[in-house]
Amino acid sequence: MTSHHRRHRRPGFGGEPLRFRFDGQDYEGLRGDTLASALLANGVRTVATSAALGRPRGIYASWTEEPNAIVQIEHPFPEPMLQATTVELYDGLVATGLTGRGRLSDRPDPARHDAVHAHCDVLVVGAGPAGLAAARAAAGSGARVILADDRPIAGGSLPDTAETVDGVPGAAWASAVAADLAGRPDVRVLSRTSVFGYYDDNYLVAVERRGEWGGQGRARERVWRIRAGRVVLATGAHERPIAFADNDRPGVMLAGAARAYANRYGVLPGRRAVVFTAGDSAYAAARDLASAGVEIAAIVDVRQAPGARWDGAEILSGHVVTGVGGDGAVSSVSVSDGREIQADLLLVSGGWNPVVHLFGQAGGELRYDEGIGSFVPRSARQALEVAGAARGVFSLSGCLEDGAAAGARAAEAAGFRAPPRHPAPRASDDGASDNGASDNGASDNGAPDADEPVAFWLVPSGDYRSHFVDLQRDVTVADVVRATGAGLRSVEHVKRYTTAGTAHDQGKLSGVLTSAIVAHAIGADIAQLGTTTFRAPYMPVSFATLAGRDRGALHDPVRVTSLHDWHVAHGALFENVGQWKRPWYYPRPGEDMEAAVLRECRAVRQSVGAMDASTLGKIDVQGPDAAEFLDRLYTNMMSTLKVGAIRYGVMCRADGMVFDDGTVIRLADDRFLVTTTTGNAAAVLDWMEEWLQTEWPSLRVYCTSVTEHWATVALAGPGSRDVLAGLAPGPAVDAASFPFMTWRDAEVAGIAARVCRISFSGELAYEINVNAWDGLALWEALHATGAVTPYGTETMHVLRAEKGYPIVGQDTDGTVTPADLGMDWVVSKKKAGFIGKRSFARSDTARPDRRHLVGLLPADPDFLLPEGAHLVESSTLPEPPVPTLGHVTSSYRSAALGRTFALALVSGGRERVGERLYVPLGGEPVPVTVTHHVLYDPEGARRDG
Amino acid sequence: MLLIPCPWCGPRDEAEFRYGGQAHVAYPEDPAALSDEEWARYLFFRDNPKGRFAERWNHTAGCRRWFNVVRDTATNEWVSA
Amino acid sequence: MAERLSPLARFEPVSTDDLRIAEIPFLTQVNLRVDPKSRAAADIGLALGAPLPTEPNTYASADSDVFWLGPDEWLIVGAGARADLEPRLRAAATGAVEAGRVHVGITDVSAQRTALVVGGPKARDLLAHGCALDLHPRTFGPGRCAQTMLARAQVLLAAREGGEFRVFVRSSFAGYLAAWLLDAAVEYLP
Repeated sequence: MTSHHRRHRRPGFGGEPLRFRFDGQDYEGLRGDTLASALLANGVRTVATSAALGRPRGIYASWTEEPNAIVQIEHPFPEPMLQATTVELYDGLVATGLTGRGRLSDRPDPARHDAVHAHCDVLVVGAGPAGLAAARAAAGSGARVILADDRPIAGGSLPDTAETVDGVPGAAWASAVAADLAGRPDVRVLSRTSVFGYYDDNYLVAVERRGEWGGQGRARERVWRIRAGRVVLATGAHERPIAFADNDRPGVMLAGAARAYANRYGVLPGRRAVVFTAGDSAYAAARDLASAGVEIAAIVDVRQAPGARWDGAEILSGHVVTGVGGDGAVSSVSVSDGREIQADLLLVSGGWNPVVHLFGQAGGELRYDEGIGSFVPRSARQALEVAGAARGVFSLSGCLEDGAAAGARAAEAAGFRAPPRHPAPRASDDGASDNGASDNGASDNGAPDADEPVAFWLVPSGDYRSHFVDLQRDVTVADVVRATGAGLRSVEHVKRYTTAGTAHDQGKLSGVLTSAIVAHAIGADIAQLGTTTFRAPYMPVSFATLAGRDRGALHDPVRVTSLHDWHVAHGALFENVGQWKRPWYYPRPGEDMEAAVLRECRAVRQSVGAMDASTLGKIDVQGPDAAEFLDRLYTNMMSTLKVGAIRYGVMCRADGMVFDDGTVIRLADDRFLVTTTTGNAAAVLDWMEEWLQTEWPSLRVYCTSVTEHWATVALAGPGSRDVLAGLAPGPAVDAASFPFMTWRDAEVAGIAARVCRISFSGELAYEINVNAWDGLALWEALHATGAVTPYGTETMHVLRAEKGYPIVGQDTDGTVTPADLGMDWVVSKKKAGFIGKRSFARSDTARPDRRHLVGLLPADPDFLLPEGAHLVESSTLPEPPVPTLGHVTSSYRSAALGRTFALALVSGGRERVGERLYVPLGGEPVPVTVTHHVLYDPEGARRDG
Repeated sequence: MLLIPCPWCGPRDEAEFRYGGQAHVAYPEDPAALSDEEWARYLFFRDNPKGRFAERWNHTAGCRRWFNVVRDTATNEWVSA
Repeated sequence: MAERLSPLARFEPVSTDDLRIAEIPFLTQVNLRVDPKSRAAADIGLALGAPLPTEPNTYASADSDVFWLGPDEWLIVGAGARADLEPRLRAAATGAVEAGRVHVGITDVSAQRTALVVGGPKARDLLAHGCALDLHPRTFGPGRCAQTMLARAQVLLAAREGGEFRVFVRSSFAGYLAAWLLDAAVEYLP
C-alpha cells in the first residue's frame, strides 16, 4: 500500500523504511514513526473498537493521552494494551487493534528488565522548552541534574510546531541544548523515560524504554528510582476534548495532535478538515495543516469574537459542531447554523489542561484558573517547582523564561548558587501566544486568548447518549447525568459510578471534562468541585518492568549453609524455611518421600543420623548483667545455669503468647550463647535490642548475632556416642562424664568444635558447632565413618513430634501460651518478673477451654490427617456454622509407632485424653482418639543412649 | 518510599527500617500491680491520630538503633527527629 | 585437617577493564561493642593503632580496618587469618573492664560474613542497581562505609581508594548476592 498520506520527512527523523503488519495487513512506515503516525500515513483510520459499546475508534491524540487507539503487539513478544501513539515503529512489528482488553503471553518474557537508583540535586521532568531551560539553569549552578523526558527526542511540543528559538527550528534548538546538557559531568539526560510516580520525600520513579527485544544483554526497560533534592515539573499540557454527538468517531482528532502528525511525522491525518475550537491555538494548527496540504473547510469557533484571525478558511464564530456524518469514520460535519460540511477530519480544541498528575501525586493542591478554564498548581508540600504549561504558562517565550527561573530557584533551594541568567532565548512567538501540544516530557501549548476566557466543554443537546466524556471507558454525558441524577455530587463518586477516568489512560483527557459535566449537571462551580485524586502510575507500566531482576532465582534471596553443595550433590530435596533452603529429605533411588523419611527416622532411632542444623539462630550475649537480662526475657530461670551447662527456654511476648524457643548455653559467668528457631533469628535479636535500648538501658549487656559464624551438625541416635568418640578422642563422652544438657570444647576430626549434648529427637544426640569454614570438613568426616545417615527436616519433624516437642510457628500461632503447650514447667514461679508473666494472670489465659497441644491417633492407623484440618465433637455435622474444637498442627507417619499420628490444638484438650473426636474432610468425618502429646518414650529413657 | 531520618546514619530509605508504633508507651513499672483492664490497655491500645504522631522506628538494616520521630500521618512530613 | 571452604569458593571472579568482582575469603572479623567514651574503647583503639571511629558511617584503617556499625558497635577486620585478633582486643579491654563499670562485647564473627571486592570504573554504576544510597564520590568517598541493603541482602558497604568498594555480606546470602551482581553486571561485561 502506498503512503499517500505521507507528505515529507522532517529533518532528524531518518528515512529508513520499516515493514510492519497491522490487523493482518502489511504496511511500510519510516524510522521515527510511531505506530499511530505510520497507520495514519497509510490511510488507516479505524484502529480499535470501543470496549463497552463496540464502536469503531481511530487515532485521537498523538502521545500518552491517547484514549482510543489501543493495540496489542503480537510479535516479537506479546504485549497487551499499548497506545499506538506511543509505540515506536520498528521493523517486523506485528500488532492488532483491541477491544478494550489485551491478551497476556502464556510464555515467559525473554527480555531483561532492570532497575537502578539515582540521586540528584535537581530533577527536571519534561524536556520541552520549560524543562530544557530549567535543566540548563540548574546545571549551570554545579548542581547534579537529571533531566527525564518520555519522548525519543527532546523538545516537548517543539517538534510538533513550526516554532523557532533563537532563529533555529525549535526541535533543532532543543536537540542542541539536550546534547550540551548530556555532555556535562554531573548531568544525566534520560530520553524515552516516563516519570510515572511521585512519592513521599521527593522519591520519583520512572521507566526508561530502551528498545531491545529479548536480547541477552541490555534490559529492554529500566526502572529509575530517583531521590531528588528538588524537582522541577515541566510536564506540559493536554488539549481538552469537547463533548458533542458522535465525538468518538474515527476522524475526530485533537487539533494539536493533527498539527503534530503534520510537523513531527510529516503525515497528513486527513484531506479536508473542519476545525472546532474554543480558543486560538487551533488556528495555528489549521495554518500548519493547510500549508502541509490539508484543506481546511471551515473553523467553527464557539466564541462570538475570536481573538485569532486567519483568512485561510471560513470562520463560523459563535457556532458549534452538532454532530458528524458518515458510516463509521467521519465523512461530514454538522454545524449549528444547519450546514453539513464534507470533511474526513474534525479537529477539536476545547482548551488546554496543564498536566498536573505528578504534582497531584506529590500531594500538591490545585486551584481553578478562570483564564485557562482549567486547574493549575496552587501549593505543594514537597520540594518542587512547576514550570511552563504545567502551570498554565502557554506561550513559548513564557515557558522558556518560566523554566529558567524555576531551574535557578530549584538549584538555589538545593544549596547551589545559580549563575547569572542566560539571555532569554528569542522565541518566534514573542508577544504572541501560539504553540503546540504535548505532555509529560513535553510542554508549552497554544491556549485560548487571555482576553476572552473561555471554558467550553459541552455542546447542548436533547440526547447525550453519544456525547462521549471518556472514550476509553465508553462513558457519555448521559452516563454522568445518570450518576448525578442518582444523587452523586462528588467527582470521586461519579468516577467510581461511571468508571470515567479509570481506564489505563488514567483520565488524561476525560478527567477535567468529567468534572465540568458534573458541575454543569448539578449546577455547581467546577472550581469548588475540583478533580479526582491523581495516583501513580501516570502511564501504564508492565509488571515485568516493575519486577526488574527480582524474578526467577533472584526473586528472593536464597540463604544456604556451608554444607549446601554437599546436600545438592547427595540428592537432597529442599524445604523453604523463611529464605533458607534446608534439606528436606535425601531420597535414595526408587524411594518416594514417605519411604525416605521412614528410613531416615529408623536410622536415627536405631543407629545414627546427622542433620545440618546450621540455620538455627545464634546470639552471643555478653556482659555482667547477661544472666539477669535472660531471666527477664525467658519464662524460666537462666541465672542459675552453671557454666558448662545448657537449658531449654521459651520466650513470650508481653501478651504471654509463645514467641520463640531454643537453648541457652552458659559460656562464662558473663557470657551466654542463645539459640533461636531458624525463622526467628533476626526477630529475637531485634527483640533483645529493643528491650536493651528502650526499656533496660542500664543493663550491661551486648548481643551479637553469630548465626552464620557457626556450622552446626546434629548427630542423633543410639550410635552417636560411638561416632563422636571415634572422631574426638580427647574428652570422655560417657554419660556420666558428658551428661545431658552440657557442652564441651573438643577437637572433632581435627577441627576445633563446641559439642553440646542436646536432643530434639529424644535420642542420645549431640550438636557439634564449628567455624562455618570448617563445616563441610566436619560433615564429610562424620559421613566418612560409614555409620551416619544424613536426614532432613521432615525426619527431624517426625522425630520431635513423636516426642511432643512443638515447633514455634507450626504448632503455635501467636495465640498459644506455654501452659497451652503443656509446658507449665518452663514458666518460673520464683522469678519476680519476666516478659509475659503478668498476662498469665489474665482471666483469658486461665480459661479451662483454651486450646491445648494434644496428640491424635486416627482410628485407621494408616490414615494421614491433613495439617490444618479441623476437629469436631460428633460424627454427624450440624448445620453450618459448625463449631470447631481446634485444628491439626502437625501430622506424620511414624516408623517408631508403626502408624500415623498427629499433634493438634484442641479446646480443653488435656481433659479430653481418651475421647473420640472427628475430622470432617468432605466425606465421612474421620474418627480420631485424643492422646497425651508425648507419644514416644514418654519416660525419656533413650536420651542417654 | 519515605526517607527516614535516622539520628545516627542520616536519611535512609524506609525499606531499611522497621516500624515500632507509638512512642512513649513505657513498660509498666510493676505489671503485677495493674488491673486486667490496665494491663490490657498497655498491651492492646494505641493512638491512631490523623496528624502529628510520635512514633518509634528501628534502623534494622543499618545501625540497629531505636529512635523516636514525630511524623504527620496525613502528609508523611517529618516534624521532628 | 580437611580444607576450609569459603562461602563463595565456587565463584568465578570477574576481571575486565570496567569491572572487578572477587571474593576476599577468610578475613578475621571481630564484632566490638563498647561505650566509645570509655577507657576500654581508648585502650582498644591504642591496641589497634587508631582510635575507634565515632563519626557514623566511616571507617579507620590502621593495623586492621575498623568499621563504624553503630554508636557502640564496630566491625574490626584483620587481613587474612589473624587468630590473635579477638584475644588481643579482649586483652586490651581487660584492664578497664576489671577496673570498673565498663563492659564490652567482643565476638569472633569471622565466618559470619564474607567480603567481596567490587572495583573498576563501572563499580559505582553496578552497585547503584541495587543500593539506594547515594554513592557519588561527593557523599560516599574513600573512608565512608554504610550498613544498607544491596538488592535484597543486608550488607556493609565500604568505599576505598580508586573507586573500589568492599561489600561484606552474611555468608548465607553470599551466593544470592554474587548471582545478583553477575546478573546486574551484564551490561558492563563484554
